[in-house]
Amino acid sequence: MAYVAVKGGERAIRGAHAWLAEERRGDPGVPSVDVAQIREQLGRAVDRVMAEGSLYDPDLAALAIKQAQGDLIEAAFLLRAFRTTLPRFGYSKPIDTGAMRAARRVSAIFKDIPGGQLLGPTYDYTHRLLDFELFDNPPPPDAVRAAPDNGPLPRVSDILGAEGLLESDGPADAEPGDLTREPLRFPAARDVRLQALARGDEGFLLAMGYSTQRGYGGSHPFAGEIRMGEVSIEIEPPELGFAIDIGDVTLTECQMVNQFKGSKTLPPQFTRGYGLVFGFSERKAMSMALVDRALRAPELGEDVTAPAQNAEFVLYHSDNIEASGFVEHLKLPHYVDFQSELQNVRRMREAAK
Amino acid sequence: MKGYNFAYLDEQTKRMIRRALLKAVAIPGHQIPFGSREMPLPYGWGTGGIQVTAAVIGADDTLKIIDQGADDTTNAVSIRHFFARTAGVATTTRTKDATIIQTRHRIPETPLRDGQIIVYQVPQPEPLWRLEPSRVETKRMHALADYGLMHVKLYEDISRLGQISISYDYPVLVNGRYLMSPSPIPAFDNPKMNRSPALQLFGAGREKRIYAIPPWTEVRSLDFDDHPFRPINASYACGICGAENSYKDEVITDDQGGRMFVCSDTDYCERHRHDG
Repeated sequence: MAYVAVKGGERAIRGAHAWLAEERRGDPGVPSVDVAQIREQLGRAVDRVMAEGSLYDPDLAALAIKQAQGDLIEAAFLLRAFRTTLPRFGYSKPIDTGAMRAARRVSAIFKDIPGGQLLGPTYDYTHRLLDFELFDNPPPPDAVRAAPDNGPLPRVSDILGAEGLLESDGPADAEPGDLTREPLRFPAARDVRLQALARGDEGFLLAMGYSTQRGYGGSHPFAGEIRMGEVSIEIEPPELGFAIDIGDVTLTECQMVNQFKGSKTLPPQFTRGYGLVFGFSERKAMSMALVDRALRAPELGEDVTAPAQNAEFVLYHSDNIEASGFVEHLKLPHYVDFQSELQNVRRMREAAK
Repeated sequence: MKGYNFAYLDEQTKRMIRRALLKAVAIPGHQIPFGSREMPLPYGWGTGGIQVTAAVIGADDTLKIIDQGADDTTNAVSIRHFFARTAGVATTTRTKDATIIQTRHRIPETPLRDGQIIVYQVPQPEPLWRLEPSRVETKRMHALADYGLMHVKLYEDISRLGQISISYDYPVLVNGRYLMSPSPIPAFDNPKMNRSPALQLFGAGREKRIYAIPPWTEVRSLDFDDHPFRPINASYACGICGAENSYKDEVITDDQGGRMFVCSDTDYCERHRHDG
């Protein structure tokens, strides 16, 4: 009888999870993939999981990818759930992306810039032809790299800013908010918005950013600069009184430069959209910068007409852990509510006769 | 469980949640924002209820977890297992033996008593969300007790359909002040909230809100003088225990239109069968 079928949930769950573990392993005749192999060879997946899981730990991200069978949102969820259990020892000093040891740095608005254009390990200009030789694991070709310049890489935005053509970033005096401790509230300040975007789903940000390029809240963006590389993290323990370097993280930063006609209070100038993401994730950093700029519409006196400009719409729906949980909760039993709807519809049909 | 604090959450987080709960109890029906944590279960699967339970549970509590009124539905099993594992507390399926009951979509048929706590899992704490999606707007409406929008919705239902069409998550007014979502319980359960001797706590993890109804508080389902609130239930006795006043699930027994109605509250059904 059907009613009995819902009983025995505990045994069913155990069985399902055992089956899952078996399926995760796949054909036992094929060697099991090592976490180190994932970390080294699926780096872009690891980066995405670290960014959306908002925890910089390539080993744990690789483990999460293995555990989630490559489902990256599930992997980010595993990392987030682990992250919340970690104690907080302190806060780092603001990182200096100007001092980044950049592996890649390009500007689309100046032909040449101090420090030069650095292409780095990019998929740009590759022809997207399946490389059948990879079936046989050939050794990679020798990558000939230009001798490192080691000179400074000033931010393109700072060069423009010196002339007053680009708005300033504003003072960084207040303590930044933290969404992982305090719930989102509106109006949300830019620090909190940027945090939400940095943790947000790459696909969602991509679509939102793309929508601004197709007329839904356009902001005339130029890729002022994109840089990717290692940045030092420093903390200043109160008992020491000076900063110490605790390690490096790889980041991708994007400074969008946007046309702005000026408003009643602001002269015509270029405005900023900013993106910063863990790991090598240009697509996300650029999308984030587009969305950041779109969300600044109210402060710049622009009309809020498009989804990407609506902070409530963007920030409440950008988190893929929240979104996937709630979308997928629809598979939980709803028979009580459905039953009440059934009775209701029957009663209304009866009344309509 | 090794490596984790009692009931999973660290003590600082529990304190933060308890502070939100105290505020919530002090302002019945008002939504209190709180720093909801990521839990090892997905958002939308009871993370709000779990955090509230984790913040109030003690080692000598007895916990009952139900989903759709039943103790043996898969998600109820999963959450009960979570607390058995992380808090090592006693669990029960008997409503009267439980000191804390965490629920999704139902209030037990057995009347709750003084000293019990019922924790509701809430998917959407904002009762006005279908009418006004912006939380900035709805916050203003709550502040001004401006609930005309909801009354108009109920009125339009009556004028178009002859009756109010909301069958679950039926909005209530708490303590004569705040409009509140009772969570997606069937409207049948709404009267059980009114002047309940138990403490009623509501946790919405994904939406990061907590609210509460202190014991003996007035909870009124919205209605009109000439269209009083009418809870709906199937007009059949339970096919297993024969109970008539309990809320029923409809069970399809074949593909020929065969069906039976059974108590949704499995504990109540079992008691009723044993006690006659």
